[in-house]
Amino acid sequence: MIAKIYVTLKNGVLDPQGKAVQHSLESIGYKEAQDVRIGKFIELKLTEMPKSEAEKKVKEMCEKMLANTVIENYRFEID
Amino acid sequence: MKFGIVVFPGSNCDHDCYHVVKNVLGQEAEYIWHKETQINGFDCLILPGGFSYGDYLRTGAIAKFSPVMKGVKEFADGGGLIIGICNGFQILVEAGLLPGVLMRNRDLKFICENRYLKVENSDTPFTRLYNKGEVVSIPIAHADGNYFADDQTLKRLQDNGQIVFRYCDADGKTTDNANPNGSLLNVAGVCNEKRNVLGMMPHPERCAEEIMGSIDGKRVFESLIK
Repeated sequence: MIAKIYVTLKNGVLDPQGKAVQHSLESIGYKEAQDVRIGKFIELKLTEMPKSEAEKKVKEMCEKMLANTVIENYRFEID
Repeated sequence: MKFGIVVFPGSNCDHDCYHVVKNVLGQEAEYIWHKETQINGFDCLILPGGFSYGDYLRTGAIAKFSPVMKGVKEFADGGGLIIGICNGFQILVEAGLLPGVLMRNRDLKFICENRYLKVENSDTPFTRLYNKGEVVSIPIAHADGNYFADDQTLKRLQDNGQIVFRYCDADGKTTDNANPNGSLLNVAGVCNEKRNVLGMMPHPERCAEEIMGSIDGKRVFESLIK
């Protein structure tokens, strides 16, 4: 089974990288790009297990290592 | 006094720290490989600068799970003195030994230059030979030194005197212009509540002898010697 994990900056945390990309999009004509926030996408292959257990494990991984919850939020899908 | 310098894969300021401790200050120094699980017989630990584990995922995010970190935590809990410099600071915040987090610099650039710092608290084992409010010049060399903590944490740090160094101008003014990386409150270094763990982005080991052009960082190490 595969876990798809999205790590994003919390609201209120400045994202200079996102700002730079937004400015660049604007400069090539995409004025509709209002706000850009850059995050991480992590794809993780898991051994087969009940989905509820997989969810528990992935949550632990996010809390312990994959995200720094001082500045980042995370969400994930398991298929 | 015996200093232990923790070496992670990718540490690159370990030799500089060893040199200052051993040859400049004449103290005992020993490297501690990150695979060690026991830390015995040391008076002070240094987590040096560098790029542990290539800064993969986030700075310090993988190093915090190195086997040696269990011993480092126990050493801190027992009141042992620990100083984390640059990447060492990043590892200490990831490990939860210091509050906050170090994000990518505001302008996204790696910055390597001398910066003025104001000594905000001289009542710590790391800064007791400085005067409160003194302005010193110590080099920085980092891409991820933008200190962030939530408002509550920042207030607590201020109330407890845990902000040890702040970026300032030559006159000691902590203006936004004097802030190289976007750190909140111009924070350059913080300690824990017990004052036995310090993290700082600037490199005091790079200005600890005259031949390096400045000895402004030397007193960080001298302060530690009992």
